[in-house]
Amino acid sequence: MEAKSKKSGATRLCCLCNLRRPVLKRPKTLQQICRECFYEVFEEEIHQVIVQNRLFKSGERVAIGASGGKDSTVLAYVLSELNRRHNYGLDLFLLSIDEGITGYRDDSLETVKRNEVQYGLPLQIVSYKDLYGWTMDDIVKMIGLKNNCTFCGVFRRQALDRGAALLKVDKLVTGHNADDIAETVLLNILRGDIARLSRCTSITTGEDGPIPRCKPFKYTYEKEIVMYAYFKKLDYFSTECIYSPNAYRGFAREFIKDLERLRPRAILDIIKSGEDFRIATTTKMPEQGTCERCGYISSQKWCKACVLLEGLNRGLPKMGIGRPRGVNGDHKKETKKPGPAVKSIESKQCGSLDF
Amino acid sequence: MACNSTGCESGCYDREKDNGSKIVEDAVVTQESVCVKCKCNEPMTFGDGGSEDGRFCAECFRNNVFGKFRLAVTSHAMITPSDNVLVAFSGGSSSRVALQFVHELQIKALKNYEASRDRSLAVFGVGVAFVDETAAFPALSTEMIDAIEWIRSTVSSLSPPAKGLHVVPIESVFGSDSLDPRDRLVKLLDSVPDDTGKEDLLLHLKMLCLQKVASENGYNRLVVGSCTSRIASHVLTATVKGRGYSLSADIQHVDARWKVPIVLPLRDCVRQEITRLCLLDGLKTVELACRSQSGINDLVSSFVALLQEENPSRECTIVRTAAKLTPFYFNKIPETDDSNVPMATQRRLKRFNLKYDGSMTTEAFCPICNGPQNISDSSELDYFEEGQESDALYAACCSSCRFQILPQDGSSREQFGSFLPDHMISQVKHQKVNSQAYLREKIKDCLLLDDEEVV
Repeated sequence: MEAKSKKSGATRLCCLCNLRRPVLKRPKTLQQICRECFYEVFEEEIHQVIVQNRLFKSGERVAIGASGGKDSTVLAYVLSELNRRHNYGLDLFLLSIDEGITGYRDDSLETVKRNEVQYGLPLQIVSYKDLYGWTMDDIVKMIGLKNNCTFCGVFRRQALDRGAALLKVDKLVTGHNADDIAETVLLNILRGDIARLSRCTSITTGEDGPIPRCKPFKYTYEKEIVMYAYFKKLDYFSTECIYSPNAYRGFAREFIKDLERLRPRAILDIIKSGEDFRIATTTKMPEQGTCERCGYISSQKWCKACVLLEGLNRGLPKMGIGRPRGVNGDHKKETKKPGPAVKSIESKQCGSLDF
Repeated sequence: MACNSTGCESGCYDREKDNGSKIVEDAVVTQESVCVKCKCNEPMTFGDGGSEDGRFCAECFRNNVFGKFRLAVTSHAMITPSDNVLVAFSGGSSSRVALQFVHELQIKALKNYEASRDRSLAVFGVGVAFVDETAAFPALSTEMIDAIEWIRSTVSSLSPPAKGLHVVPIESVFGSDSLDPRDRLVKLLDSVPDDTGKEDLLLHLKMLCLQKVASENGYNRLVVGSCTSRIASHVLTATVKGRGYSLSADIQHVDARWKVPIVLPLRDCVRQEITRLCLLDGLKTVELACRSQSGINDLVSSFVALLQEENPSRECTIVRTAAKLTPFYFNKIPETDDSNVPMATQRRLKRFNLKYDGSMTTEAFCPICNGPQNISDSSELDYFEEGQESDALYAACCSSCRFQILPQDGSSREQFGSFLPDHMISQVKHQKVNSQAYLREKIKDCLLLDDEEVV
């Protein structure tokens, strides 16, 4: 599906403005366009997504999940720009999670600290060490390189919520892009998770939880984000997590890369399929309660983070991985334990922060 | 064949359970020395590197596969005594097994008929259809002659009871009064810009062809041998083509949106079982090199093969996930008050059909792929599409067919439309008239002028 391209390069012009010389082929549409037009369509499309999906309200405090990677850097850049240009009226913050991965996270955190200065957005860092008493380095030493992504993902989700609570924000935005969401749709099909399949394409999630989160980059291609960062010379950290190579997501990612080469719009088509799947509403929601141990939102007796932590602390790394065994199937709704208002987050257990 | 735990992404629990992919050099053994099911016969080893090798004896293995077939047939009332069944035969292993099993069911029915005193239950009729795609793949012409010869002898060997064989060229989909149908087919396919779109259009034409053969020859069921593995690939191809809404229509045991309902009795059998069965029973197959190597369909097949290597029950999990999607009202054999249909069948139909909720929403169907369409789909502009085209074919098609099958500009599209089989075009008109009439019905009492609807 090549865009019509003339053979003679000299007379070719950007097919959007017809004024300037094209310098790139747009990954999403294969149009040959100039740099300025690329910035314009890129930013405008994101603005339209924000407006049509009513992601924000004026006056909201919004935390941007910032890892220092390309997605979150571009997100911070574009969001502050659009906030200014279109008067969203938002109070923006950067929220970063330190998982404790030497040689990776400590480097990317430096990038976020620079972003704080470059974009003028206040930064909050929350660490696994403070929150859970374990760093990913410690965890990997204990459990090896399989299932480590499970631990990190579960812990990060809670860490973001706790960080958001510290910042007292109304909303969290993350840099999940179209490729990520397409991968997730495929993964959920491959793994039989129909409940997640019905939720994973929502642009806003967790409206009934502690902090709603949204993904303004839902329809933005990863390649375009990279392109934007490259042309704008944005400062970001570009290495893959050193613990990630064995993740199952890798299968889906490779496949999607091959697919994109054949048919760029397939990424959006996967997302569309995900949105259109006929899933009975009864299969969607697991019953929501709170964790007995820490008060965090949970559909089981203990939240996943507490289960995993318990496993780590007891030297049982497989606890919480694989099929649920034992008694964690109760759906008793418990009232939150009124824990002490914690100023410093310090304990081996999941803290008991009040939400 | 146990399908494994789905909660674990790393597969740590799978390894213990299955995937005993030890390639056995000679025909001797594995861990068990008796069949795990009957515990008396010696287990079969196929030595093909697949899972569950050397666990079942030949008989138990066979019974297991046939059992799945028979369960699908009876619980979905796929084949009942008064039916006339057409088996779509491609020469491949799945359709060969489907044909074999249908034949065995028929033999049994015949035996019962002859043994019973009152001869109350008739024996269902069976026919076989093969679609000759030489017009689309001219390179196949020599292979095809031999293939057809082989098919003829295979079908005639499957009697009594005798079965009619219908070998139809794919260009017959245009009808007998079309001038130079071969040429029309070539022109039609050439006007499709996308390779995958071309492949898919050919599949849709093939189905129309089979439907034509079936209805013109008095068949009321079309048996298609799609196995779990094929359906798993279809789940992924449909997803990547943006066909998530219509997916659940394609993967059920029964698809009655066609004039002659399609049934999939081998839906619960994996390709490995089918290949092994062919080996075991000496069922010969023929694979015609019809497929091109470059499109999305092939990419997905390779992807599924890769996933299977990593975990042999992945196909099952994929299909199981997709099976949780809500089917459509036409995904069951329609109930009938036909007195020819035995009471037992009617009762079974009623009992089974209770599973689906009674909402008979009228769906609009894409004229090319016959996919049911989401209402919002037809009225919404695509994400980065530029203008809204007004021609009826474009408006009636689903977004996937619009992108990969329809030519992009108006005049090529018009020409393309002229090459399409009449059946597809009539679908376009039918849809347009239908929705207008439906709306008019709703507001009729408020209309002041008695305008006739101009079609």
